[in-house]
Amino acid sequence: MDTTKLELLRGTLDVLILKALVWGPLHGYAITNFIRRQSDDALLVEEGTLYPALWRLENKKLLEAEWGFSENNRKAKFYQLTPEGRRRLRHEVKVWEAYATAVGKVLGATQLPMPEEIG
Amino acid sequence: MTPIPLWRRYTRFFGPDPTADVKDELRFHLEAKTDDLIGQGWRPEDAHKEAERQFGDLRTVQRIGQQMGEKTERRRRLSDYWTDLLQDVRYTFRTLSSDPGFAAVSVLILTLAIGANIAVFSVVNSLLLRPLPFPNAHELVWIAPPPSSCGLSCATYSSDAYEEFRAQSRSYRDVTGYFAFSTPDNVRLTGRGQPEPATSIEVIGNFFQVLGVQPALGRLFTLDEGRGTQPVVLLSNAYWRREFTADPAIVGKAVELNGTPVTIVGVLPASFDFGAVFSPGAKVDLFVPLNLDRARDWGNIVTLLGRLNPGVTVAQALDDANRVSPNIYQSVKYPETLGQYKGDLIPVPLKDYVVGKLRRSLVALWFAVGAILLIAGVNLSNLLLGRAAARAKEFAVRGALGASRGRIVRQLLMESLVLSVAGAVFGLGLALILVAWLTHQGSVALPLLSALRIDVQALGWTVLIAVFTALIFGLLPGLRTVSGNLQEVLKDTGAGAGLGRKHERVRTALVVSEIALACVLLVSAGLLLRSFLKVLDVDLGFQPDRAASIKVDYDDNALFNDASVAKRSATFQQILARVGALPGVEAAGMADYLPLGPNREWDTPVPVGKVFRPGELPDPLVYVVTPGFIRAMGIRLRGRDFTWADGPHSQRVVLINASAARVYWPGEDAVDKILMRGKEEDRVIGVVEDVHEENVEAGSGSQIYYPVTQQEPAGAQLVVRTSLPPAALAATILHTLRELNPNQPAAEFRPIRSIVDRAVSPRRFFMLLVAAFAGLGLVLATLGIYGVISYGVTRQRPEIGIRMALGASTGHVQRQVLASTLRLTFAGMLLGTVAALAVAKVIASLLFATSPWDLPTYLGMAVALLLVAVISGYIPARRASSINPTEALRSN
Repeated sequence: MDTTKLELLRGTLDVLILKALVWGPLHGYAITNFIRRQSDDALLVEEGTLYPALWRLENKKLLEAEWGFSENNRKAKFYQLTPEGRRRLRHEVKVWEAYATAVGKVLGATQLPMPEEIG
Repeated sequence: MTPIPLWRRYTRFFGPDPTADVKDELRFHLEAKTDDLIGQGWRPEDAHKEAERQFGDLRTVQRIGQQMGEKTERRRRLSDYWTDLLQDVRYTFRTLSSDPGFAAVSVLILTLAIGANIAVFSVVNSLLLRPLPFPNAHELVWIAPPPSSCGLSCATYSSDAYEEFRAQSRSYRDVTGYFAFSTPDNVRLTGRGQPEPATSIEVIGNFFQVLGVQPALGRLFTLDEGRGTQPVVLLSNAYWRREFTADPAIVGKAVELNGTPVTIVGVLPASFDFGAVFSPGAKVDLFVPLNLDRARDWGNIVTLLGRLNPGVTVAQALDDANRVSPNIYQSVKYPETLGQYKGDLIPVPLKDYVVGKLRRSLVALWFAVGAILLIAGVNLSNLLLGRAAARAKEFAVRGALGASRGRIVRQLLMESLVLSVAGAVFGLGLALILVAWLTHQGSVALPLLSALRIDVQALGWTVLIAVFTALIFGLLPGLRTVSGNLQEVLKDTGAGAGLGRKHERVRTALVVSEIALACVLLVSAGLLLRSFLKVLDVDLGFQPDRAASIKVDYDDNALFNDASVAKRSATFQQILARVGALPGVEAAGMADYLPLGPNREWDTPVPVGKVFRPGELPDPLVYVVTPGFIRAMGIRLRGRDFTWADGPHSQRVVLINASAARVYWPGEDAVDKILMRGKEEDRVIGVVEDVHEENVEAGSGSQIYYPVTQQEPAGAQLVVRTSLPPAALAATILHTLRELNPNQPAAEFRPIRSIVDRAVSPRRFFMLLVAAFAGLGLVLATLGIYGVISYGVTRQRPEIGIRMALGASTGHVQRQVLASTLRLTFAGMLLGTVAALAVAKVIASLLFATSPWDLPTYLGMAVALLLVAVISGYIPARRASSINPTEALRSN
């Protein structure tokens, strides 16, 4: 399987961004790096989609932004979770896990289940 | 992340810039990427290109970012605005609740002023601004002769005249009218237990069609019924509800009127109130079609009103009427009556007829209530200025901390707006109470009063005046507060400082204008009060006190012949004998019409032996009375009263009033002279005083009294003069009448005084309202004076302290404070008197026998104002004189 070309499912990017910010404020570049490293380079986030996603989340008040200095002293825009964003992340994680479990169960099936009685 | 230090935040000094933000953010991304690539061993120039390549479509992302940024920015600005506003409101509530006394007084003042304004607006709106409650009401005209001294009789026309006018005029879609001489309780509803009195009015068959009134139930009169062929009746909505408990199946049922069965064909809508439009203060229960043929020989009996063709103006209708009027007979049977109505058929808009006379009073009322609003506004402005002075430091500190002047003015305006909105809400409640009260003033003879309500327009008016008031009393203190020098205020220790003094000058000017306005109101109210008292003092020609009347029912079906006259005379004599014998009854008599009500005239009697030019002789108003009526009414008489001996076969006798005597026999004694009425010789047996027949304020014309024993009365009103309160006698009188005639309905035993009261009720109504406003104005002005003087004393505390330390006595200090109060008051009174003189001239037409420069009124105003000024100055004066010099000096 070609792991470098995994397409992100719609809506997944948002939850990844929220997750990236759990430990504190990050700028956009750091967020891409986090996702790439954490997924062992399997997930590549395109900048063209990342930034609009960040702004959208900011607009929805899930994130708030502030200007600050990066590690090598460049002016950068840092994002951090709002309480609302944190709640949203917990919710999305639960949904995702339930989804993944369900899909996993289906894909891990070994035989046809017993047919239910026809009522 | 390291936060950006404050000093490096200058880049967004001129406000946020979303475009630059996006660019900065993306540039950082590219730079960071380039750094990483270089770290991985790329050459710097290649690394930069590679970073851009990996990013992809930079421009599109930038554009998206820009758009989103701007959107966010707009939203933020809006939410900032609301946040600020909310903050202002919260702050306002906090400051106001920290000074509940001020808030309560302000809201109270505003409630009274705004409430009065809404209520008066509703009255003005219902009576003047709104069209009459008929479809296309502007097409309706009232057709009557030009205003003259003679009564309703002049404003009516004969059946023939109506029909010819209707046939010959081209301006009208249709013309109609009603029988003008109905009296209250003129029919009795029988066949349903005790006979009930009811007021019925005969209308020409097309009356409701012309007005555009649709029945709520059933139908209107048909053409046939309009000719009086069928006994049918329409019920007024109120009567249907009251008497028939809103029976939905009433149509087609029969009731008995005066013992005759009639069919109810319909019920009129609640929106139609005959009395409210045509006969203020009266209620009409039943409508029956007028039989024009039967009424053909009755002379002038119908009023005329018409609906103009679309597009026809009143002026065109007048030309048309002037063309038609010479061709109209009073009675086609008598050719000599041709052209009798020449120049006497003048159409005026129905609305002008109904409310025209009230226009000036209403406008005056509107101005009075506007003045109240102005005084209230000035007063609040004053109170707020006082507070602003006390809060100058607070605002200076806020200004120093970065609040813009606009923001501070906004804050102050917000305070006044919150106050005036509260005032408007309570005022609306007050107005609702006032309006509900007014609509139930059935005894006030004002048209359309029952249709009074707070409607959308009144609500709009409320909003308008609330905002207007907030602006006038909020803006001035606001602007004055921010125009000061902040530093000065901060340095200012409070006493004798520049801003305080400037404030005080403005406040003084405000109080002076307030006193001036109160002056104008007081003078106006005073003049109206004087007029009203003069009206009450008018010699009506009869004694209204200790007399009361009741409508008497008697069997009157017989034709006018000797037998019926004898029978009626016997009935009346019996009634009067029984009633006259009741304990407490001093005199009793009957007449068919009472003064200050409807009336009629018959013809033109000619004095024997005198020559008059044609048209010089009057048509006197006719009253058919019993012996004893003149005494029961308390009318002064020279000569003798009628007796029961003046029968149908004895000498015909009459009484005439002083005005008629002056016309017929100027300079001579009229008693025992002869009046010719056609071929009939009437001997004048006495001259009575002029009785006000139409209204209290206008004079009287010629009047003639005939005895019931010789002429046919149109009804019977029993008048009783009594030493007891009329109410105590009512039951006994009704009982006596019932004994004699079981059909006697339970008609009201009305004190004659109440008839007079009703006649003067519009004047009393306006006088009371203006007086109430003047009183309110006076109270507000007092508050204003007190506020300014009291503040002055507070401000001058140290100064007074020094003076007292230097030996000034308490009396001296008090006198000084009082002197400044009086200076203020005199300035206001001077201005106010000048304004009042001008206003008095404008309202001169509303006055009765009172000069607009009536000295007692002006003196009364001056005394009232000085009195309240002294009172409102005395309290601060007392406070000033009780200042302890040591404390006052130390506190500074």
